[in-house]
Amino acid sequence: MVQFALPKNSSIQKGKYFSHKGQSKNIKKVNVYRWNPEDNQNPKLDTYEVDMDNCGPMVLDALIKIKNEIDSTLTFRRSCREGICGSCAMNIDGSNTLACTKSSKEIEGDINIYPLPHMPVVKDLVPDLQQLYKQYQSIEPWMQSEVSGKDGLEKLQTVEDRSKLDGLYECILCACCSTSCPSYWWNGDKYLGPAVLLQAYRWIIDSRDDERKKRLQKVADELKLFRCHTIMNCTNACPKGLNPAKAIGSIKKMLVSADNSR
Amino acid sequence: MSNYKIIDHEYDAIVVGAGGSGLRAAVGLSEAGLKTACISKVFPTRSHTAAAQGGISAALGNMGEDDWRWHMFDTVKGADWLGDQDAIEFLCKEAPQAVVELEKYGVPFSRTEEGKIYQRPFGGMTKNYGNGVVQRTCAAADRTGHAILHTLYGQALKKNTEFFIEYFALDLLMHDGKCHGILAWSLQDGTIHRFRANMTILATGGYGRAYFSATSAHTCTGDGGGMVLRAGLPLQDMEFVQFHPTGIYGAGCLITEGSRGEGGFLVNSEGERFMERYAPSAKDLASRDVVSRSMTIEINEGRGVGKNKDHIYLHLNHLDPKILHERLPGISESAKVFAGVDVTKEPIPVLPTVHYNMGGIPTNYYGEVLTKNAEGSEVIVEGLMSIGEAACVSVHGANRLGSNSLIDLVVFGKAAAIRTAEVVKPNSKHADIPESETQKSLDRFDKMRNANGGTPTSVLRDKMQRTMQSKCAVFRTDQTLKEGLKDIQQPWEGLKDISISDRSLVFNTDLVEALEFDNLIRQSMVTVSSAENRKESRGAHSREDFKERNDQEWMKHTLAWHQDGKVDIKYRDVHSYTLTSDVQYFPPKARVY
Repeated sequence: MVQFALPKNSSIQKGKYFSHKGQSKNIKKVNVYRWNPEDNQNPKLDTYEVDMDNCGPMVLDALIKIKNEIDSTLTFRRSCREGICGSCAMNIDGSNTLACTKSSKEIEGDINIYPLPHMPVVKDLVPDLQQLYKQYQSIEPWMQSEVSGKDGLEKLQTVEDRSKLDGLYECILCACCSTSCPSYWWNGDKYLGPAVLLQAYRWIIDSRDDERKKRLQKVADELKLFRCHTIMNCTNACPKGLNPAKAIGSIKKMLVSADNSR
Repeated sequence: MSNYKIIDHEYDAIVVGAGGSGLRAAVGLSEAGLKTACISKVFPTRSHTAAAQGGISAALGNMGEDDWRWHMFDTVKGADWLGDQDAIEFLCKEAPQAVVELEKYGVPFSRTEEGKIYQRPFGGMTKNYGNGVVQRTCAAADRTGHAILHTLYGQALKKNTEFFIEYFALDLLMHDGKCHGILAWSLQDGTIHRFRANMTILATGGYGRAYFSATSAHTCTGDGGGMVLRAGLPLQDMEFVQFHPTGIYGAGCLITEGSRGEGGFLVNSEGERFMERYAPSAKDLASRDVVSRSMTIEINEGRGVGKNKDHIYLHLNHLDPKILHERLPGISESAKVFAGVDVTKEPIPVLPTVHYNMGGIPTNYYGEVLTKNAEGSEVIVEGLMSIGEAACVSVHGANRLGSNSLIDLVVFGKAAAIRTAEVVKPNSKHADIPESETQKSLDRFDKMRNANGGTPTSVLRDKMQRTMQSKCAVFRTDQTLKEGLKDIQQPWEGLKDISISDRSLVFNTDLVEALEFDNLIRQSMVTVSSAENRKESRGAHSREDFKERNDQEWMKHTLAWHQDGKVDIKYRDVHSYTLTSDVQYFPPKARVY
């Protein structure tokens, strides 16, 4: 029988253990995936004991506390700390989410933190998202319209047409959805994935855009679009409460209905 | 001498920073046919423009009569007359076109029943020169910055702008007073890059993280300001730091002024809408410096709310839940996540929180950077521009009005691109610059990378942030500022003893934070010195020992240089003229809301 195993250099080994030095009784263990491209070693899982009595409420606060007070080499992206920039997307307690809006209290037992799954790792919790960004560019995320309204005036859009963009334009490109999708894990080089398809739909459905037909044709592809098997991990993962699966469903529906005019 | 392999690039123009202003400039430069690179330490849509909520001001007049001259008057008054009125005229006159352009780019603005761009009331925005409220702030719900940033990134992709993403800018390459580009470090693969350019545009944002509690992102470390100070150039009006009235108590996350624009109000522990006392006409929609001071007075006089009576309540629970859902969904979510509050039922605990730097790199309204030469006359620094929060044009003077920052980004981003296209011809030659410039910057980088002192960056940064927070806050006195001058020396001196644990080159955020601290501490020192020096109260700079504005002596911009830990202060005239005869100069008068 064929045996499958991880390549030797990717199996995760036990790392360092950083004990809490103070007297606090409210200690939480934070287990963090570590990998440094420059030291030729396997990935490791380091454990940090964090004094939760002197730590902010979110998982990002715990990571920043570790970096400030225990181990400044710990590497992760972060910026806005309020869930709008999408930098600190990572796998926490088994789910992809934003560290800045994920409460530590909600997690029972140890906090386990890994980078977003199935992406190349740059270092520690920093994934390489180049592929997703290229796919985002491929759907031409800009307005395509010949008739751009009278000069000096905005193009009108009804309240109803504008409301069709709700639930779409709020996407922060954090990649939590795409990297939770098994189809994207397998075919991420060809399947556009939920984040990018949600954005494709955002432009398809914008009443101000003239290229609906072209946009639909562009994604109407067995691999680019139809690798979505409605697993719904994307919608479960989205930290902004958006529904990429529904957007993908809407694209599919438009392709089979007459609603692909323009 | 530090030895790093250098990868060379040549561009007509480079933009450092990919927020709203940087992207708008990059779009304009690419359109003009200039070979353009946009260099950013974060992926463009992660820039802090994404966090702007309430809207972008422009006298479109979609929700009642409006006039750009009224907008100009409000901005002049909001700035407490420290703004340059030629630049303010330019901003307000160009604003409507700039917003329409954004709409055509695809920004998903909220709409009126007629299908036009929705506009909401905002602090200090009035009709007919201060007579009544006007709806001037164009909004995409309460995610306007996010919507604009993503749209501008799309436009830059459309125009094939070349991006260098997750590259950390180290220093300007200066020679004979002219800027020739920058040196940058790629976090992605650890390599060092030299970008030579005939125009370098700094769009690096503010330095809010000099303070302990700020609405600003962790990445708001004023890297452009730090680079400019190291290059021996001055920063302007750095004493003017805006406290936003409504940061969430504890977390510091922003709750938009648009929440008050939509009818929200502030309440003290006695259940009183105290803003009626401080600003009888504008009330909760007075300008931010006025509201932040009023809140601070309420708390200082024992009328704060909560267990420690140390904050204020913002009530939105009287508003129609439908309005909250449609127009303020983002802050409803933030209040839930960061304060555990259901805004339809309970008030949000808020506190004035550092939000914006009116000061920055001095420029004219084209974005060209200014300094003074040895003879004391004002000169343009060739090859260098600055836009956005990094710059001080100055349109915001001593206090910025809400929603004037987003319009500043796109108006001056565009202006800088147009000006660059006038002064830089495509494929022009690059001057030879001595290797010593590159080496100087590399030595600093290498020294920091191998720093093995006894104090981690986090300790120095904490000392700096706490000093700024306690000594250079909403209210200032000679005593607090003198203490600030003394205390801020400690983290500066501490730089000599800094320790870095990560010696690697790929995504070394330990080193990034140390380099960011180097940028922050210089600007902190300049801020405290400028504040100690200005002996009057104006806009956001409020001195308890000099309570009045003093136009006789202080109607002038502060210019501050930082050399070896010493701050040197000179002045620039405030422009007391307009750009054209379309509008008259607004002479200073008492500022009442």
